[in-house]
Amino acid sequence: MSDLPPNTPSVADRVRPVKADRTIVAVHFLDGTPVFVLGEEALLFAGEQGEARVPVHGGAILASASDGKRIVTGGDDGRVVSTGLDAKPNEIATDAKKRWIDQVALGPDNAVAWSAGKTAFVKTKKGEEKTIEAPSTVAGLAFAPKGFRLAIAHYNGVTLWFPNAQAAGEKLEWKGSHLAVGFSPDGRFLVTAMQEPTMHGWRLLDGKHMRMSGYSARVRSFGFTAGGDYLATSGSEQLILWPYDGKDGPMGKQPLMWAPSNARVAAVAPHPRQPIVAVGFADGIVLLVRIEDGAEILVKPKDPAPITALGWDAHGAQLAFGTEDGEAGVVGL
Amino acid sequence: MSTAPSTSDTASKIPVTVLTGYLGAGKTTLLNRILSEPHGKKYAVIVNEFGEIGIDNDLVVNADEEIFEMNNGCICCTVRGDLVRIIDGLMRRKGKFDAIIVETTGLADPAPVAQTFFMDENVGAKTKLDAVVTVADAKWLSDRLKDAPEAKNQIAFADVILLNKTDLVGKDELEEVEARIRGINPYARLHRTQRSQIAIDQVLDRNAFDLDRILEIEPEFLHAGEDDHDHRHDHHHDHDHDHDHGHDHGHEHHHHHGGGLKHYHDEDMQSLSFRTDKPLDPDKFFPWIQKLVAEDGPKILRSKGILSFKNDPQRFVFQGVHMILDGDHQRDWKEGEKRDSRIVFIGRKLPEEKIREGFESCVAS
Repeated sequence: MSDLPPNTPSVADRVRPVKADRTIVAVHFLDGTPVFVLGEEALLFAGEQGEARVPVHGGAILASASDGKRIVTGGDDGRVVSTGLDAKPNEIATDAKKRWIDQVALGPDNAVAWSAGKTAFVKTKKGEEKTIEAPSTVAGLAFAPKGFRLAIAHYNGVTLWFPNAQAAGEKLEWKGSHLAVGFSPDGRFLVTAMQEPTMHGWRLLDGKHMRMSGYSARVRSFGFTAGGDYLATSGSEQLILWPYDGKDGPMGKQPLMWAPSNARVAAVAPHPRQPIVAVGFADGIVLLVRIEDGAEILVKPKDPAPITALGWDAHGAQLAFGTEDGEAGVVGL
Repeated sequence: MSTAPSTSDTASKIPVTVLTGYLGAGKTTLLNRILSEPHGKKYAVIVNEFGEIGIDNDLVVNADEEIFEMNNGCICCTVRGDLVRIIDGLMRRKGKFDAIIVETTGLADPAPVAQTFFMDENVGAKTKLDAVVTVADAKWLSDRLKDAPEAKNQIAFADVILLNKTDLVGKDELEEVEARIRGINPYARLHRTQRSQIAIDQVLDRNAFDLDRILEIEPEFLHAGEDDHDHRHDHHHDHDHDHDHGHDHGHEHHHHHGGGLKHYHDEDMQSLSFRTDKPLDPDKFFPWIQKLVAEDGPKILRSKGILSFKNDPQRFVFQGVHMILDGDHQRDWKEGEKRDSRIVFIGRKLPEEKIREGFESCVAS
């Protein structure tokens, strides 16, 4: 980013580099150990004591989710695999038709959800497997923060489903293709990233719509900030923060726009406790941005490869990033 | 209209070939033939779920042809949602394959497939549409053109057409079906085949959607509108160009014919081409073409153009699929090169007079 002021504070010299040599698609922390999810086959445990590559799938890893105790992955080998800090993969399920496992999500009481084609599956804490058919291919899964409820994103809306109580779900409709889905931390709002460069949301109390538009590209990364005050998103040449502190969410309000750049924001990771967002750009830069005033700290300088993975540990003491070309790093803050 | 993602850096993108064709025409035979050739290349193959013939390849993905409307103001703008998802998944295995082949169902409209490569930024950044290849059954195509709009779409949309099963028809019948194809789409490369037998380089790596290659690969297009009998067809056969078919070749409007003795004008689907040797005014042309595709995009399946703008040392080229236009300066006009502007449209019930008048009004004053 050529327009970074020369006096921008930097922690780049404190970054511990990690070489993955493969496209990195996500990063999660297991009890403080950063684990990179590679585009193919393996997880890369990258603790300070040394690195270990753990094969988990026979092909591409299409989706991952973590609750801080384990990482659940879905692969194009039709398998759903759970891996904990012991680095021993456990197979949770294999699709009967060996279809791609497109989405995974982790819920309360060790519940796991995944999808293959139009079918969403849930494995409950008792080990029961429940399924629901979506009207089209499932493009996003998320568990509600309270109660045992799953949001399933698909074409023309989202289905909300209580796996223990319902055969069919409740439909939230909005025209278009809904991809990733997420709840606000208080469970009042549900948001989706769409195929168009826009986000959509519903206030669950009354189903009121929230349209969040103005992006230059499809939003591929989003997350609620600490306390749920803002929804941080990628998809623009700056960090977009939609206000969610009021009862109406962002309706009728303008977003905050920080960290203007020549490159597009490719990944965002809100700090789990502080009003700070880690922002990864398509030109390889990683910044920490303070929500209050937009103050920036440089974490990683420019590099041709886009940032494809960004994540904090549970306490917000460590940040890890990864790029499309397999460069990665971890920094303690 | 939507602006397509930049076509720069195309060399590093994975080429994608789309195989279409009506049921039973020989698509899967062609696909298996491509895969079994000793080319040393690895292909990722995306097939529809209901294919009955097995595909012999390591990397085969089943697709379900989910067509999603885009809420972007383009009323005909649809994408294949499953392709967006599958290509995103495949690109995680970058380096494991050299190219992607998408086989559609026999009833598929090629437009949503093509539009996916221009509408989805991620897909457009990692892959490039190479060509739409349509396999047509020489015995049955004429009938399908009458009763199946899908078959007509597939012919109209094609960059390469394999007129297959030629051993099942006589010479006259073959010429007739070829003329019917040419009546709809005179710009595609047409190959007569049996059992989908064809040199692989006639089907793959065509760069049919690459702006830099628009002319290099389509000599037919270069000569559209010129009645010079020098069509440099790349056919495996050698017909005389007999113009004794009672069709009037106007200089501005040319129902370009493809080498058959007969010439059919399809009432429903046609191609139009216009040309002028007067330089165009870009401030007139761009608003006009954008308005045209906004209004008539649903009717226009494919469009292409090479333009000479006033006081511009470079050629401008564009191509379009329905309402999506992709255009750029291509290169300097060469010394002695004729600075013509030519545009072609293939579509359904195209408003010929409206397009002609509009195009003519773009001439620089």
